[in-house]
Amino acid sequence: MAEAGQLSGRARPVSSPRRWPSAVTLVRAAIILAVLVIWESVAASGLLYRDVVPRLGVIAAAVWKLLSTRDFYWHLWVTGYEIGIGLLIGGASGLLVGLALGANRLLARAYEAYLYYLGPTPKIIFFPVMIMWFGVGSGSKIAMGAISCFFPIALSTAAGMRQIDPVLIRVGRSFRLNTWQMVTKIYLPAMRAPIVNGVRLGLGVALIGTLLAETKLSNSGIGFLIINAYSLFDMPRMYAMLIVLFVLAIAANALVGRLGGLHTLRR
Amino acid sequence: MSAATDTARDRLVPLALGLGTLVLAIAAAELLIRIGLINRFIVPMPSQIAASFERVILEEDIVNRFRLTFLESLAAGAMITVVGVLLGLLLYRVALLRAATETWIAALASAPTVLMYPLFLVIFGRSATTIVMMGFVAGLPPVILKTIEGLAGTRRVLIDVGRSFKLRPTQLFVKILFPAALPTIFVGVRLGLIFTLINVVGVEFLINFGGLGQLINDLAERYDLPGTYAAISFVILVSVVFFIITEWIERWLRPAS
Repeated sequence: MAEAGQLSGRARPVSSPRRWPSAVTLVRAAIILAVLVIWESVAASGLLYRDVVPRLGVIAAAVWKLLSTRDFYWHLWVTGYEIGIGLLIGGASGLLVGLALGANRLLARAYEAYLYYLGPTPKIIFFPVMIMWFGVGSGSKIAMGAISCFFPIALSTAAGMRQIDPVLIRVGRSFRLNTWQMVTKIYLPAMRAPIVNGVRLGLGVALIGTLLAETKLSNSGIGFLIINAYSLFDMPRMYAMLIVLFVLAIAANALVGRLGGLHTLRR
Repeated sequence: MSAATDTARDRLVPLALGLGTLVLAIAAAELLIRIGLINRFIVPMPSQIAASFERVILEEDIVNRFRLTFLESLAAGAMITVVGVLLGLLLYRVALLRAATETWIAALASAPTVLMYPLFLVIFGRSATTIVMMGFVAGLPPVILKTIEGLAGTRRVLIDVGRSFKLRPTQLFVKILFPAALPTIFVGVRLGLIFTLINVVGVEFLINFGGLGQLINDLAERYDLPGTYAAISFVILVSVVFFIITEWIERWLRPAS
């Protein structure tokens, strides 16, 4: 057969060798399996209060029930909307401030330290102030998302702007580009990686800021559902919520990276 | 002389501009609130906030609250340092385990783990243990990752020198690997401590229990606006001082690398 194929001169599909899972995959599978077995054993043993560690089947059923209720998608929409608008406001202002700080050395030396030191403070402490300013509805949650994501995006943009190859800037100036053209044709394309990284970081903290605010004071959104499950001591539902939330957070993070073309960048 | 003057000017002008803007913003807020353009029942006057500092410090037992938050952060900080460094060392020694789990730990570092606080409330109750455990979970991943990075980044020549002296594995770790990796490990501990502090104060605020975080919640619920703003300013001050101190220690350790 092989000889016939070679003689005919046509490329034949070569049957791929059987792929065995790598040692790393096996170790990962073993860890996951061990965790699940330990969980199920603890749940079945009755060592801990049954509702604190529910059986895996109960959690799986809760995930299924959660995903098949229309109510969940309404709350998901509310949270998504709040995070999206927060990211838009905080991201746009962070980008503008980052561009200004990155472009001007004096401004950077005057103001960047404030951003640098305010960045790691716990933003949730501003929530009472945000309630006063924007009310108990979506406004205060959007504000929390915006405040949270502003700092990483501004700092990442400023740092990214300082790392732009000076040759690119000189090329832009030699073509007599105006400020807007410099920003859109030189600065932003050259800073794609740090900006996308900043947005990814910003998305993560905006998500935390918004959801924590929802757990504190809200009647809609995923944060509200989590704290509601806690109030009702509905542990399977709470586990289901956390699982779905973590999957969504990881997916959103990967999506931002992909949309930003981070995987295509060669450094 | 001229160079020295230029250097001093280079330092002072940005500093003056930054501080001047801050003072100007505070003065503008005071003026706008006094003339009624900003509602004083929503934003208190900066002078009221400054005046309330003494009241908050004396009447709200801020020293004890600060001590409580500090001890919670310290407990969580000690846990992340011990567990993180040990886990980092284990993963450095067992390459296969490292390859299998390093991306998971990195994913955990960026995951919204703080949202698990209702779960921790159920497990540990509304107590300091919940706050410490939340701080621990949030601060652990950077310590593990930076410990691995520090140990893996030890210069080959240093390890070879140790081997040429026929050091035992424990001696090699104590005399070569650990000192060489210490600056990088401290970067991880510093990052972990920052995450820990954020989570400790955040969870205190959310569950209305403990030190400084609870104080903000208490004052806000009493509608004591100047007090709330003063407490927020105090927490910002504490985290900035903490950040500067850890940054200073990191710089002090860095020449050792």
